Amino acid sequence: MQFIDEFRAPNAVKSLLNQINALVKKTVFTKDSPLNIMEVCGGHTHAIFKFGLDQLLPPEINFIHGPGCPVCVLPMGRIDTCIDIAKQPNVMFCTFGDAMRVPGQQGSLLTIRGEGHDIRIIYSPLDALKLAKLNPEKQIVLFGLGFETTMPGIALTILQAKQLQLSNFSLLCQHICIIPTLKALLALPDIKIDAFLGPGHLSMIIGIKPYEFISQDYAKPVVISGFEPVDILQSVIMILMQLIKQQYLVENQYRRIVADKGNTAAQAVINQVFTLQGNDEWRGLGKILDSGVRLNEKYREYDAELRFNTKRHCQQDDPNARCGDVLTGRCKPINCPLFGQTCTPTSAYGALMVSSEGACAAYYQYRQSDLI
Amino acid sequence: MIKTISLAHGSGGLASTELIDQIFMRAFDNSFLQAHEDQAKIKLTELTQLGDRMAFSTDSYVIDPIFFPGGDIGKLAVCGTVNDLAVGGAIPLYLSCGFILEEGLPICTLQEIADSMAKTAKEAGVTIVTGDTKVVPNGAVDKIFINTAGIGAIPTQINWGMAHIKEGDKIIVSGTLGDHGATILNIREKLGLIGALSSDCAPLYSLIHHLHTIDGVRAIRDATRGGVNAVLHEFMQGSGYGMKIIESELPLQSTVRGLCELLGLDPLNFANEGKVVIVVSPECELQVLQSLHRHPLGINAKSIGEVVTKRNVTLQGLYGIERLLDLPHNEPLPRIC
Repeated sequence: MQFIDEFRAPNAVKSLLNQINALVKKTVFTKDSPLNIMEVCGGHTHAIFKFGLDQLLPPEINFIHGPGCPVCVLPMGRIDTCIDIAKQPNVMFCTFGDAMRVPGQQGSLLTIRGEGHDIRIIYSPLDALKLAKLNPEKQIVLFGLGFETTMPGIALTILQAKQLQLSNFSLLCQHICIIPTLKALLALPDIKIDAFLGPGHLSMIIGIKPYEFISQDYAKPVVISGFEPVDILQSVIMILMQLIKQQYLVENQYRRIVADKGNTAAQAVINQVFTLQGNDEWRGLGKILDSGVRLNEKYREYDAELRFNTKRHCQQDDPNARCGDVLTGRCKPINCPLFGQTCTPTSAYGALMVSSEGACAAYYQYRQSDLI
Repeated sequence: MIKTISLAHGSGGLASTELIDQIFMRAFDNSFLQAHEDQAKIKLTELTQLGDRMAFSTDSYVIDPIFFPGGDIGKLAVCGTVNDLAVGGAIPLYLSCGFILEEGLPICTLQEIADSMAKTAKEAGVTIVTGDTKVVPNGAVDKIFINTAGIGAIPTQINWGMAHIKEGDKIIVSGTLGDHGATILNIREKLGLIGALSSDCAPLYSLIHHLHTIDGVRAIRDATRGGVNAVLHEFMQGSGYGMKIIESELPLQSTVRGLCELLGLDPLNFANEGKVVIVVSPECELQVLQSLHRHPLGINAKSIGEVVTKRNVTLQGLYGIERLLDLPHNEPLPRIC
């Protein structure tokens, strides 16, 4: 299959692994003190495990699984808000599939669908708009979730809703931005990250410039990477080359998709509809300064929280759960006492175990033998 | 003439008789039905001439949409039960069919489904000898539900079953994986992959009966709901041995693969309605593959792995790294980005 098979070719992978093995010898990293590369995006985490790259790479390279899965950083209280709205009479609640299984205090969206509430899984935000047109007697609420990757599609949907003067459509906005997240992460005192594998699809929207503070202020390499084995291994080589030369840059490995300046039309539509305002709570990371994404004043009429007058839920995480430590690279999923015991895909405590991009889900799904 | 199903069609009165005569008797026409008895009288001597055990199976069919590229609910209802008989080594012979119809279903739709069942039954070499129709109020079912039960005879020399599986046996699939599941997902969720996907729904006895004469066939299952992954877990449970398959050997249509790549789903978990997984001794692996390849429904058959001592189901990836294959814990959901 074109654009997939050539990026998975065993010969190419073998050759890149040989190069990595040679390059790593020119660095100071050892098995006991490895090069810690944080892959920000959950898509990378799953690719690394699916193809067994973690096992193929030399022990001097250690991957840390970052907070780049929007479902994983969703605080439990937000699912409770979703459920509050979905339980209102006459509401049709639309969500992407990933959010269905995330547990809140009152269960998950999947649980309450089983109780008879109208929850729809959509594949495109425009599907929610179609439902609004087809069901004028219902209130359609779209759960807008994700980093900059999904924001343009949601923003265009809001613009269309306004153009069509749809009064039965609203958005529960749970969008988040990557840069405040990374800033908060790097400000943590006990973080051991030597380099970043930058998110490919998100960078397609924002470009590579916003990451420059990492290389300039923190002297850490950033390589924006694709999701296939050849992409990831080539990105590791680019990181190693920077470290050997002691150059700290933002480089773009995923040029076939990511333009250095990003997608300016998508950026414009995001800026038109959304605004950064207020501090938001992130699961595992706590409150992050100026990370809250809201609808602009001009589109506030589509804010589901205002329309349904919901309250903000604040839930304390289980003190034994180490979701936050996993998201910040302080521990691996298997080091969490709940992993594979009380927290499994069928009895998940946190989103990291149920999201298709979650680090715990990757560890569980792609485990090599009976770890648990 | 009334164009839609009404509650009267299930009342047992004139409307019921007319519906049965015009739709089912016409489509399934045979001497068993023409006798108009409450049961089909099947000669035991006919069964005993064909084998020493009777196979008996039933399944219910509920699917949205009821028409899809490559088939419809009627074809599915015949193929599903016929295949459940055939994978046990039986010669499928007779079917029953029970219909639960939603009030308001267009009669022409029912006619199309009945015609499709009749055509598929003919292809499969089975006779639909008895049936039942119920009508429920609008909204109580989704358009039409069908139950079929089937009987067949198992020839004396055939003794297939999971208990015969041994370490070192080979695992073969009869063709490309996930075609039915991917087709239904594409239509049901309106993913818009136009003309690219088609269900593999097919009666498989004509493919399987060539294996009756090959020594070393241990067990066969059709890989329906739960896909090949579910069958491998059943084989593991039933045999006490592990199943190891090789990713690079899995036969996949590029369209199905593309859909799975796009949505982050695994074709091993997708339903098939015209594919079997066969465990065979290493000695007869080539003979089984050659037999399958000679049949139009088996041209893409491949050996995908083997039976191992360690009791789990594993997949060896492209670079030789092995990982566990769990059974899916819920319906597959597409990822956000």
